[in-house]
Amino acid sequence: MVEKQYLLSSKQMAEFVARGFLRFDELVPDEINRDVMRGIDQQNIKGHRSGTPLSECYHGTPIRQLLDLPQIQGLIQSLVGEDPLFDHDAIHVREPNEGKAQGLHADSIIDCRTHFDIQLMYFPHDVPLEMGGTLLLPGSHFRRVNESDVAAYQNMRGQIPMVCKAGSVLALHHGIWHCGRQNQTDRRRYMYKLRLNPVVRQMRLWNDDDLDDDYREAKAIHSAFPMGDDVQGILARREPWFEAASGRLEIVNRIKLWRFLTGDEEFDVHYWLGRLENMPA
Amino acid sequence: MASTLRQQVLTLYLQNSALDSNVVGWSIYDGTGKDAHTTGDSDEAPYETGLDALRDGWRLIQQPVLIPPYPGEEYTTSFMKYGFLFEKLEDVS
Repeated sequence: MVEKQYLLSSKQMAEFVARGFLRFDELVPDEINRDVMRGIDQQNIKGHRSGTPLSECYHGTPIRQLLDLPQIQGLIQSLVGEDPLFDHDAIHVREPNEGKAQGLHADSIIDCRTHFDIQLMYFPHDVPLEMGGTLLLPGSHFRRVNESDVAAYQNMRGQIPMVCKAGSVLALHHGIWHCGRQNQTDRRRYMYKLRLNPVVRQMRLWNDDDLDDDYREAKAIHSAFPMGDDVQGILARREPWFEAASGRLEIVNRIKLWRFLTGDEEFDVHYWLGRLENMPA
Repeated sequence: MASTLRQQVLTLYLQNSALDSNVVGWSIYDGTGKDAHTTGDSDEAPYETGLDALRDGWRLIQQPVLIPPYPGEEYTTSFMKYGFLFEKLEDVS
């Protein structure tokens, strides 16, 4: 069990629920980054059978050192519990001077579960813009699509190219749309990905000490809300690519996931669900 | 004699079903071979609205059909709903 200080906060969890990812820049020390790069070059980073408890994986390797970092332990524990299952890993390679990018996609196949897997993406070397970086579409994780069905979408407002320093890590909801951007340098680009499945009910696994009595209080519609930085405000923020009408449904999707994660079946944002749940006798 | 006309295709994903609403996503395929567009190659939309594309000479060849939500799926989100397809023809001779 990791110390409480390394668990995610409720605001970070709300960010994850709203946007489908969390980003941690330069989290991993250079020594581990160098060891992982050496492991990639020597092709000795090996995965495990799907369904293996993560605690049994990677012993004696730099990936274990990475996973043992308290910040990594904290985010894993907060999102999918203390000892999730290893699903699969992959070293993603973008070759130098590629002709095109990968098409936008969600990994695996269409997945309608409320509970979620996470994918850790770890960038062991610097990724400048011309090298591409993984492209993310924030807030796309609730969209029900099957893998590369969405490859026709080349650019969306608010998309994020993962331009970062070595040692940066993304934690993604399994449904997030993403792709490998074109690498226009003469160097190979690497990204290590690890998918994890929860084995415990994902309820208040993070440090929820910051959820005070007021955080869920109903607020007046058309007030300064929803621009606040509190949990309701974070869950109400729209992404630039949201269509006007579907963007409202995305807020409902977030409310439902927040209810699932907190066990609070009456939590609401902007009265979107409360209005529908009002059943006059 | 083979045609020297080549098609350029632009899809604009708009904020709602109105052609003059704002662009939220876009894709471009260029049959002339002059440009090669790919995923994540631009953060700047080519036009602010679909109407702006018309004013710049693009011909609208398909607009989205409005389909009511399937019963039970009223709150489900999936693909972009308002993709407008445009073309230009260019002589490459």
